[in-house]
Amino acid sequence: MTGTPTGPQRTGAGAAAAVAADDAPAAPGARSGLRSEGKSRGLWGDALRQFRKNRAAVAGLFVLLLLIVMAVFAPLFALHEPNEMFFNHRLVGPNGVFPLGTDSLGRDIYTRLLYGSRISLQTGLIAVSIAMLVGVPMGLAAGYVGGFVDTMIMRICDVILAFPGIIFAIWLISILGPSLRNVMISVGLFSVPSFARLVRSSTLQVKEMDYITAEQAIGAGTLRIVFRHILPNVTAPIIIIASLNVASAILAGASLSFLGLGTAPPTAEWGAMLSDGRAYLRTSWWVAFFPGVAIMITVLAANMVGDGLRDALDPRFKNRT
Amino acid sequence: MGRYVIRRLLHVIPVLIIISFLTIAMLRLAPGDPAATLAGDTATPEQIERIRHNMRLDRSIPVQYALFMRDALQGDLGRSVKTNRAVTDELRARMKYTGMLALSAMTFAIVVGFAAGIISAARHNSWLDNSVMIGVVAGYSLPSFWVGLMLMMLFGVRLGWLPFIGAGSWQNLVLPTLTLGIGPAAVIARLTRSSMVEIINLDYIRTAWAKGLSERVVVTRHALRNALIPVVTVVGLQFGGLLGGAVVTESIFAWPGIGSLAITSINSRDYPMVQGVVLLSAVVFVGVNLLVDLVYGLLDPRIRYD
Repeated sequence: MTGTPTGPQRTGAGAAAAVAADDAPAAPGARSGLRSEGKSRGLWGDALRQFRKNRAAVAGLFVLLLLIVMAVFAPLFALHEPNEMFFNHRLVGPNGVFPLGTDSLGRDIYTRLLYGSRISLQTGLIAVSIAMLVGVPMGLAAGYVGGFVDTMIMRICDVILAFPGIIFAIWLISILGPSLRNVMISVGLFSVPSFARLVRSSTLQVKEMDYITAEQAIGAGTLRIVFRHILPNVTAPIIIIASLNVASAILAGASLSFLGLGTAPPTAEWGAMLSDGRAYLRTSWWVAFFPGVAIMITVLAANMVGDGLRDALDPRFKNRT
Repeated sequence: MGRYVIRRLLHVIPVLIIISFLTIAMLRLAPGDPAATLAGDTATPEQIERIRHNMRLDRSIPVQYALFMRDALQGDLGRSVKTNRAVTDELRARMKYTGMLALSAMTFAIVVGFAAGIISAARHNSWLDNSVMIGVVAGYSLPSFWVGLMLMMLFGVRLGWLPFIGAGSWQNLVLPTLTLGIGPAAVIARLTRSSMVEIINLDYIRTAWAKGLSERVVVTRHALRNALIPVVTVVGLQFGGLLGGAVVTESIFAWPGIGSLAITSINSRDYPMVQGVVLLSAVVFVGVNLLVDLVYGLLDPRIRYD
């Protein structure tokens, strides 16, 4: 992270980063100071320092890493098998043997949550990867090529954005059929516009820089310019949006499973576990309670990391909040 | 302004055409035969053929779309394959409930979000500000379905203060409103705060202080008005988002709106109903966004489309 970027990257990064923001509408002329005075460390070194100063973000990162370790090494942390049923211990409250209680089939909720974290983290990461793989090239093409290509790509985004919230994902799943894979695809495609739009607007700004004109003048090919010179300069906003999107993708994935559109039983999945708990609210609160806590902790951690990255990488937000 | 409105309208039409086309075409492009799925395992080939004909799956996609649009423009979206009720009637009956829920959740979100955001900004970097901001991050990290269930368990089951199933009386509205409103409230609070903080540091606010105006006048008359401009956009977008979020909330509380209709019709593979729901929610959302853009243009004359 401390590597010094080359000249052109430095110039471009400030402008590119000035475009990002999840909630800011395109305010005209909102380009504030590109970098603070003092020793120049380059964008990434500066960002790392900013990020480390942000206690909430560091805490979020710690929790997230811990969750990833627990998910990867789930068998080591588990007390039972995720689908092991203890018929004599159905709907038992939290105790020494079952720290978070058991569900209606006598399965250990703690163990199931542990294994469920694999699915939630995967959903978040894979869905965002899909969104990035599709959205980033779309944004680059729209921004760099412009014209008809731009119009078409932006119209596609408008169509996806015309569906409120998870309705788009629900609709896709209704056609593709309920499964974890389709949840990831639907949630991923739903997030494509946020990447495409962001990369497009960043590309539009970077495109006007002198060093791009220089590249064009010496006859560099389009692909070379786009991938070697523009893409590295729009990375900062992509990272910000990606990290914030991981949080919302995890939430969306769990919502879809809660609605019965995701994993099939008996797979341990947080949203589905929570849904199972609905029937036992009156007698056994823990069945629905703990999966929700797990989702909240994960999403909260991802959001805090995302916020921290945004504050660190986007100069517009640095001194504002 | 007139040209702006027209351009904005022209922008919306192709989007709506593509969406309506996709709702028709996707069903055909999907794996499997929808007619056979609907007919069930025991159906005879004749029965499957009849369903195929009724759903116009035996026509080409463009023809099917043209017929669909002809009917749709006359207010006919077909009939439910499960209940045989007209899709438009069902949608109309349920829209009332979703609208009621969305409006009350939005009112809650705006009141709570503004209040929290303004207080937070006015006491920037104080402990009050910090705790509001922690609440905000928690607010948009909470899974709404969990909030819904917990509210249901606490106020419905344990304390027995509020009814939590169906839509019989105004009390039925309370828990779904909270469930649906918390997320948007957090987003609005956060944006109101950052927008206010930015404005409060501007020169004209310093001038207002220097003139000796009271805090109340500076905050409400000078800062708030300009701070609200970006917030309006987000309120609009959140309102649209509520229509999507309503799917989860409605299915938790058995609220008879569009959202729970979406789930039941997907589960029963009631394709015409699903198409109706998807189309309606897209049209409403696009309409709300259009309205927001126009209001935005009115509030801030510097902003015009493109």
